[in-house]
Amino acid sequence: MLTGTELSASIDKLLVLRKEIVSAFIDTFVMLGISTTVAIVIGGLFGVFLFLSSDRQFLQNKTLYGLLGGITNFMRAFPFVILMIAMSPFTKAIVGTGIGPIAASLVLAIAGSFYFARLVEQNLREVPRGIIEATESMGARPFTIIKVLLNEARSGLVLSVTILCISLLSYSAAAGMIGGGGLGDLAIRYGYYRYQTEVMIFIVIVLSIMVVSIQASGNWLANRLDKR
Amino acid sequence: MNDMIVLNDVTKSFLSDRSIKDKDGKPHWFTAVEPTSLTIKQGEIFGLMGYSGAGKSTLLRLINMLERPDSGQVVIDGTDLTTLSASELRIARHNIGMIFQQFNLMSNQTVFDNVAFNLKISGYPSRDIHKRVMDCLAIVDLTDRAGHYPAQLSGGQKQRVGIARAIAPSPKVLLADEPTSALDPATTRSLLTCLRDINEQLGVTIVIVTHEMSVIRRLCDRAALLHQGQLLEVADVRDGLIQATTPIGKGLVVED
Repeated sequence: MLTGTELSASIDKLLVLRKEIVSAFIDTFVMLGISTTVAIVIGGLFGVFLFLSSDRQFLQNKTLYGLLGGITNFMRAFPFVILMIAMSPFTKAIVGTGIGPIAASLVLAIAGSFYFARLVEQNLREVPRGIIEATESMGARPFTIIKVLLNEARSGLVLSVTILCISLLSYSAAAGMIGGGGLGDLAIRYGYYRYQTEVMIFIVIVLSIMVVSIQASGNWLANRLDKR
Repeated sequence: MNDMIVLNDVTKSFLSDRSIKDKDGKPHWFTAVEPTSLTIKQGEIFGLMGYSGAGKSTLLRLINMLERPDSGQVVIDGTDLTTLSASELRIARHNIGMIFQQFNLMSNQTVFDNVAFNLKISGYPSRDIHKRVMDCLAIVDLTDRAGHYPAQLSGGQKQRVGIARAIAPSPKVLLADEPTSALDPATTRSLLTCLRDINEQLGVTIVIVTHEMSVIRRLCDRAALLHQGQLLEVADVRDGLIQATTPIGKGLVVED
């Protein structure tokens, strides 16, 4: 058990680091915000086309499905740390630098996109085939059918965004390797390399709280949206 | 009366499961509809009847081209659907409503929105949609359920929403794919009355697929008897009896 003096000493050590902690918070939120948003857009589009090009759907096309699926599998095969290094020329070309939170966000976004694409595909598969058929029989345009699909799958999609967001939060800990900063990076640098266990414990608690709140809000929203 | 639906030598086959091969080793094609010609008149209630695998659902789905025929013509109200482009076909489909055994309502939309959806995509003037939806819900006696979600309704109510949705854009044809097969006998009876009323009041031509003899006897003017993809005969229904003449047809209409 911690004594009162030990506890206050630990808090003092954390207070000394308050600037680093605040900036780590900001970096984490930047990385998470950018990468989740981009992954939802790109991964969402990719997932929709994966689904539509699959067997018995209206864009059914073995070559297209094979191509999209192949790209997805290939990108998902990269361990995140390797992907960060492999993508550095690309991030340099796009954001002008291969390091820092923005560069890290880009790598996170790419990794997240292909992860999310599979989740979207899976969710759309859950929509009963008959609903698509009914929509087709009414003479709906393909774009309208896609909207119906997404709306019918919406609670599953919200849960998938929740999973995506939590995965990206955990990936972002590795972003320190390319100077991405963030909470995970702070935990490694101070908590592990400098043996400041209180920093490690503090950050693990903060990350746990974040994961729990993301999951809880996701569950709440998914339940609200589910009318099935 | 005018001819509303004319099928001219339509055929349809499907590629079987990969494990089934023909003698020459090629994948087996399963013929769901042998060359079939059929004429359905405006305002008729026409039944498609047969055991499972008879091709009756496929034949129905050829009428709105949910399945494209391998050959032959599908002429609806004078237009050959097989010659239309994708966008022309979409417009033609606004004229052909459809209801399903599993209802196929959008579960995340209210009853009102399910009906309004079909009006929106068929280009109904948006300021008139509210009134039209409520009118259609009144026809199927569900105005008090407008704000409910499908999951809150019974099977019979869901099917009536399906009917309201299908007839909302005032189609000339209503296709019904086993609409009562998921319903109990009492609900089936009230649904058939509902379809009958719609036919009489709106003059919509109804084509109904069923394996239930009683549905044909209660509802239809004529019925096509199908067996293994072939049209055996088109029988009149008089005084609640199906006037089959062919041997297999007679066997088919014997109530078990």
